[in-house]
Amino acid sequence: MPTLKEYAKKEVHFSGGHRLCAGCAAGSMARQVTMAFDKPTVICNATGCLEVASTIYPFTAWKVPWLHVAFENTSAVASGVEAAYNAMRRKGMIKDEHIDIVAFGGDGGTFDIGLQSLSGALERGHDFLYICYDNGAYMNTGIQRSGGTPFSASTTTSPAGSVVPGKGQFKKPLVDIVVAHRIPFVATAVPAEPKDLIEKVRQGLDVEGPAFIHVDASCTRGQRFDPTLSIEMTRLVVETCVHPLYRVVNGEYQMDRPSLRIANDSSKKKPIEEYLKAQGRFRHLYKPERRDDLIKMFQEDVDKRWEEIKAKCGV
Amino acid sequence: MSKIAVTGDDAIAQAAKLVNPDVVAAYPITPQTIIVERFSDFVADGEVDTEFVCVESEHSAMSACIGASTAGGRVFTSSASAGLMLMYEILQIASSSRTPIVCAVANRAISGPINIHGEQTDQLLFRDSGWISQFAETNQEAYDQTIMAFKIGEHPEVLLPVAVGIDGFIVSHAIEGIEPVTKDAVSNFLGGERKSSLRLDPDNPVSIGLLHLQDYYMEARAQVRDAQQRSKQVIFDTFNDWRKLTGREYNPIESYEIDDADYAFVTMGSGAGNARTAIDELRANGEKVGLIKVRVYRPWFGEEFSNLTKNIKGIISVERAHSFGSPGGILGQDVKSTLFDAKQTPYIAEYCYGLGGRDCLVKEWVEIYNRSKQGFKEGKNLPYFWWGVRE
Repeated sequence: MPTLKEYAKKEVHFSGGHRLCAGCAAGSMARQVTMAFDKPTVICNATGCLEVASTIYPFTAWKVPWLHVAFENTSAVASGVEAAYNAMRRKGMIKDEHIDIVAFGGDGGTFDIGLQSLSGALERGHDFLYICYDNGAYMNTGIQRSGGTPFSASTTTSPAGSVVPGKGQFKKPLVDIVVAHRIPFVATAVPAEPKDLIEKVRQGLDVEGPAFIHVDASCTRGQRFDPTLSIEMTRLVVETCVHPLYRVVNGEYQMDRPSLRIANDSSKKKPIEEYLKAQGRFRHLYKPERRDDLIKMFQEDVDKRWEEIKAKCGV
Repeated sequence: MSKIAVTGDDAIAQAAKLVNPDVVAAYPITPQTIIVERFSDFVADGEVDTEFVCVESEHSAMSACIGASTAGGRVFTSSASAGLMLMYEILQIASSSRTPIVCAVANRAISGPINIHGEQTDQLLFRDSGWISQFAETNQEAYDQTIMAFKIGEHPEVLLPVAVGIDGFIVSHAIEGIEPVTKDAVSNFLGGERKSSLRLDPDNPVSIGLLHLQDYYMEARAQVRDAQQRSKQVIFDTFNDWRKLTGREYNPIESYEIDDADYAFVTMGSGAGNARTAIDELRANGEKVGLIKVRVYRPWFGEEFSNLTKNIKGIISVERAHSFGSPGGILGQDVKSTLFDAKQTPYIAEYCYGLGGRDCLVKEWVEIYNRSKQGFKEGKNLPYFWWGVRE
């Protein structure tokens, strides 16, 4: 595997000048993902922040073939692309070379509206890598709650009001759902750990059959924090064990180094409050009065899931 | 080649086999199921080298078709009714992505209440989507038009998806003899050996499906509008080439006993058969009545339609489709707006008939004629009327 310095010298297939917000972690993720490309690669992109901000006609930020069709169907689109390449390669119509296929979808396009399409493509076993960049709400349309929005977060459709304190449900266990499809490769990643992320992208593309990576990609506008802190925020989800880093290769769970350090030394595990206090979407847990009950529920859920993942990884 | 006896669905599957698409992505729905079942047989027996993507919904079917067509593949699918409505969003993107997907439709009534039988409302609901929309009356027409659809859609002046409809059960499940053509003949007809037409080409990266805002959206839509117009000549040329190959004549707007007719039925699909028989009976009694059959619904061949109605005193538009709260039928509105520009506007009577697969017998076509003619003689148009419904 190349070092981070060597990665930094690699050609980036996602160029600057796109119109993502300052401090958008999805943009950082996109750059890192393309650093893993070492074969002919095409991208299928679901409707969302990354799509609209990177391809406003007549401009595009992509230096590899890129296709957007709609919001809820990018796994099906990728299925069709893969099928066509297979057929045309077999018929001698195109070069006999493997083409990597990456599909991008946000949390809305993956947890919610794109889940059926994703499940179908995983079940059929298409050879593609799906990357869900999860910023925790429908940020592109103005911060509406999704199945990926964390518990108690205030969004425009789960606002913190005088009676209801933000979203009442916990985040959908998407990775568990994907793992249940028994695909060859599933992983979690964050832009704050670029080497880990890039390696996982490469590994996901190299396996035969479907691969899936769940990336926590913080959103300065929707999660409400200073734009200079977006990468730090994706480090914090790992340090608080909200988003542990691990991979599941042919059903075998393996914890990755940033989370393994915490598993081996529980004093390194930061309390959930460091994550909650850093973001405006949780402000109502502290003002006008401190909501220990909700903070406790959040922490208990994180702890329970962290213990489950540790057990699965055998650490 | 000698005739073979097949259902309408099977005829379409046989046609698709000869075309040997790169990708078929489809989801089963009655009464289209025979098409995907037969095609699955062809894949299982190695009679085609198509990638069959057996998707989990019609929405994904059309999405996979766009992905496959955008990648450069030749693509076929099939659906009906609820399936078309589930893929409705993606149907629009198929035309704007300029993907020449061919979709066979076994036209079926729409829910609710649920009904699985023949009705064309499903296909008419996406008349404004940019798809080329055709209807076939018989199994032979279904077979021929399926093959021709690829040539029309893939023409570089067109690059639009094409739908070919057959009435559910009435055609889809009825066995008729068809004259097949050979695989070589189809291959030659479609331009011989296919070369790569990669659009998602790693050696030449482009972005497809970009956000078009106020400054470019109208121009993008206008390109689909223009392609629809250009397709008219391609449709004529393709029908002509098919006539040379098979001797079978096709026209976007067809007619029967129209030359000296005072009155004319206008219809689409299988109903034209009973209309012809009714016309024969009426003519035996001295009635001057003919038929205009709309084979190609989109693009609308208004000029060709008007040429047939110059001397017609009364039009009887009869469609196996419906529209609520509208000034008339769906086909009927195209007919009326075309006639508005005619030098001499005939009287018009509009009928909705046969919804949910309800029969309309030859004697009923005669009754529709008599009722309409009576109204015309009284000097009036007849308002939109639902034939045979128990009020």
